Amino acid sequence: MTYFQGLFGMAWPAIWVLVKIVVIVAPLMVAVAYLTYAERKVIGYMQVRIGPNRVGYKGLLQPIADAVKLLMKEIIVPSGANKFLFVLAPVLTIAPALAAWAVIPFSPELVLANVDAGLLYILAITSMGVYGVVVAGWASNSKYAFLGSLRSAAQIVSYEIAMGFALVGVLMAAHSLNLVHIVNAQLGGVFRWYWLPLFPMFIVYLISGLAETNRAPFDVAEGESEIVAGFHVEYSGMAFAIFFLAEYANMILIATLTSLLFLGGWDPLFDVAPFTWLPGIFWLLGKIGFVLFLFLWFRATFPRYRYDQIMRLGWKVFIPVTLVWLLLVGAVMQTPFAFLIH
Amino acid sequence: MNFLTIVFYLFAAILLFAAFRVITTRNPIQAALFLVLAFFSAAGLWLTLEAEFLAIALVMVYVGAVMVLFLFVVMMLDINLDRLREGFWSYLPLAGFVATMLAIEMALVLGSRSFGLSIVPAPVAHAANYSNTRELGLLLYTEYVYPFELAAVVLLVAIVAAIALTMRRRKHTKHQDPSQQVKVKRDQRLRVINMPSERASSTNISGE
Repeated sequence: MTYFQGLFGMAWPAIWVLVKIVVIVAPLMVAVAYLTYAERKVIGYMQVRIGPNRVGYKGLLQPIADAVKLLMKEIIVPSGANKFLFVLAPVLTIAPALAAWAVIPFSPELVLANVDAGLLYILAITSMGVYGVVVAGWASNSKYAFLGSLRSAAQIVSYEIAMGFALVGVLMAAHSLNLVHIVNAQLGGVFRWYWLPLFPMFIVYLISGLAETNRAPFDVAEGESEIVAGFHVEYSGMAFAIFFLAEYANMILIATLTSLLFLGGWDPLFDVAPFTWLPGIFWLLGKIGFVLFLFLWFRATFPRYRYDQIMRLGWKVFIPVTLVWLLLVGAVMQTPFAFLIH
Repeated sequence: MNFLTIVFYLFAAILLFAAFRVITTRNPIQAALFLVLAFFSAAGLWLTLEAEFLAIALVMVYVGAVMVLFLFVVMMLDINLDRLREGFWSYLPLAGFVATMLAIEMALVLGSRSFGLSIVPAPVAHAANYSNTRELGLLLYTEYVYPFELAAVVLLVAIVAAIALTMRRRKHTKHQDPSQQVKVKRDQRLRVINMPSERASSTNISGE
């Protein structure tokens, strides 16, 4: 490392950060590719069919084939579209989806930027994602895309509030906004993780996460039976692929955050011998995988919500639930029972 | 010129450019998006002052919520900019006068020694474990708790007033009560009729 430091001199810190970014983003892209494969396989088996099985062994090369296909396709810009914004929209979608990973810790040491306001940073960055959808819908100059983007904007803004309140519960319990501190406050086995004392918030966060990423059963933004494909109906080729990438990267991000904030991050299931042999990062990956499986399971199980029901759930159910639980957590923290929340 | 200065000038240049484009661009959507860019660059500037909580709150509140709703409305309106620009030249002298006065006032305040601004030092770099967010929270909820709560109440009143002004109950809305829908029992929706099972005719059984 000192050799490289000498080689690049002043530019070394910047290059070192770039290397770290590549080390985080490259596996993320592979994970996104194979999440699409896992989704098709899992839903396939749930619907008693096999799923992709032609390209490669058991269809394992299918995501690569899909990516190559999308790369070769032409990007068509609709007539009457605002060309600059039309091209900018996928960029606006993917940038926050990747930027949020900067503060995600994978183990106590393995984190790109261990900042104190990490949780706030994530809230701020993920709230930028909606611009991509809104701009895509407007710039496409198509009524289906426009309707999709309107639906998506209203939905994301509504569910962000409940999501933010759920996160406030976590930071109250952990006394910190730093993600590493939040995980460290939960160490000590499954019963010390925050899913137990903050159970309603855990549920609200998980469901709001689904709504934020426009996943089924909250996928009215792209409801194919009503508005074709919503905001990205006019996109083709790589521009469409970028929307796709961002959606799945966001899904993995939400799953990771759920694991870190409510499921103890890299903490083993029980703090005894056979469980502690496995390194922490595998525990984290296992939890992420579990939450992602839940997402796929939901998609295969629930029918799509009607739009007014989505709004009702967000505003009239989730926000009151989180508010009441916030008050309760605050009150308990002032009593001798504060150890329950630690 | 160190790295921080370069960052400052970069963000400041983007901020000025975006703010200029907000008022010069012909497309209202683009104007709103440039405003977003301006907010974002301002948040970047605040970060260089070690005010990370304020910077992130700016992005969260203005970029993440206010501007999304603003864009939402602007997108649905068909704004005719030519009509908005009709009185441009007649209003220009007045606007120019106001702008000049504002600039002069700001220059007086920022440049004057009487306000003691020249003796305010540049922010000291804090240790890595110093939490700006925590300090701000402590100040807001101890020393400034009454002004803070008062501001919250003012906001609440504004929200209630806005809702009271705009809410109107129309007579013939199709309203659903979800709790009633959930309470529905099977007997209320479905009637099971007992029928004697009919014997299939012999021609069908033989398959002819």
